[in-house]
Amino acid sequence: MSEKGTDRVKRGMAEMQKGGVIMDVVNAEQAKIAEAAGATAVMALERVPSDIRKEGGVARMADPRITEEVMNAVSIPVMAKARIGHITEARVLEAMGVDYIDESEVLTPADEEFHLLKNDYTVPFVCGCRNIGEAARRIGEGASMLRTKGEPGTGNIVEAVRHLRQVNAEVRNIVAMGEDELMTAARDLGASYEFLREVKLLGRLPVVNFAAGGIATPADAALMMELGADGVFVGSGIFKSDQPERFARAIVEATAHYQDYALIAKLSKDLGPAMKGLEMATIGAADRMQERSW
Amino acid sequence: MKIGVLALQGAVREHVQAIQACGAEAVVVKKAAELADLDGLVLPGGESTAMRRLIDRAELMEPLREFADSGKPMFGTCAGLVLLAKEIDGQEAAHLGVMDMTVARNSFGRQVDSFEADLDIVGIDAPFPAVFIRAPHIVRAGVDVEVLCEYEGRIVLARSGPFLGCSFHPELTGDHRLMQLFLDMVENRELLPTEAHYSKI
Repeated sequence: MSEKGTDRVKRGMAEMQKGGVIMDVVNAEQAKIAEAAGATAVMALERVPSDIRKEGGVARMADPRITEEVMNAVSIPVMAKARIGHITEARVLEAMGVDYIDESEVLTPADEEFHLLKNDYTVPFVCGCRNIGEAARRIGEGASMLRTKGEPGTGNIVEAVRHLRQVNAEVRNIVAMGEDELMTAARDLGASYEFLREVKLLGRLPVVNFAAGGIATPADAALMMELGADGVFVGSGIFKSDQPERFARAIVEATAHYQDYALIAKLSKDLGPAMKGLEMATIGAADRMQERSW
Repeated sequence: MKIGVLALQGAVREHVQAIQACGAEAVVVKKAAELADLDGLVLPGGESTAMRRLIDRAELMEPLREFADSGKPMFGTCAGLVLLAKEIDGQEAAHLGVMDMTVARNSFGRQVDSFEADLDIVGIDAPFPAVFIRAPHIVRAGVDVEVLCEYEGRIVLARSGPFLGCSFHPELTGDHRLMQLFLDMVENRELLPTEAHYSKI
């Protein structure tokens, strides 16, 4: 007797990504570069977040041809993005056999009220969060992996740092709380009581949590690891840099050896310009992707 | 007893916990110098291609082969099994190449085909719960390779001299009996056969 799509199988897949770098790619050629550089998975999409930001319009699931090309090009896992609440896009990606779906605020939400009921699917999901309440709600719906949101497509690490620190501080608070304080915390955080009990018992989130949204350099990736991320997503940072191959390799190595500062210095030397990046103050409230979803 | 876990990428924490639960000391290994006074080494699950890149860049390939040559036991799970194999189906070059077997990667399919199943393992009371994630399996086992478990006709656990390798992830369940079997191999190292040992070509 074997059983597919169990929590252990879906969450376990994310455990195997730990310490690794998941890279955004828009075609087979980029996917091969990512794999050769040591990415643990690739995220197939039509436009990287910084282009979505620049070009505007509605951002949707990628053309299946792109995703298929990427799946055929590499042997590492392939992830793909579906719009928040878009049941059909998610089912299409599942039917295509992608290894992980990102129900992502980087795409234009299809539903501003309801997220996908991810427990219903065999394929595992990763979702964004800015705090432990969002983390709890996504896991409650069935997410098997989290990523702190940051602010995608900016090349600016400040929001990624804010969100990871927030989640980790809240986890520490829960662990330190008395059992009799958890119900009030559940009410205040919008997290279920059972979830908070599990966090307290484990001393950590029950699923893997990567950092995302603004990582542009090897030092950025290492910083997120230092702050307690299980791994990193790099979106625009690699293929919007001047030397994608070298950037990709350096970010992979800096993530694995995030406390080897002499090595990070060596890796960062003569890499050429990183993506230009955006100052947060220049992004209007309506253009902040992190505000999409609750 | 001091057991290292190769900690370049993958499910490191889970193996550390399993080793500690069995009463041994666990050490995370990122550099060659950290292999020095270990009694055994675990190659964890993760992505084998990513791990290989990081092994090369940390200049760990030769030190790992020397570790294997010295007869100290190694235990590879999933990606770790791929690292141990002498041949990889459809791929020109192998990685450590210390176990005389051919391994096929992702041979049960993509993530949607990943599964849990109970196994019958030689020397361990059934059932043994196992989690298979984009798992490889052993398509050819050399004469010195002892098959310890098959699942639906596929070899998923084998031993050869000081090397133990499996397709699945014992580190993802609370069942530490396979880790204990490995620690027994480390404990009784002088009793292990050496003929199956990696020989330099």
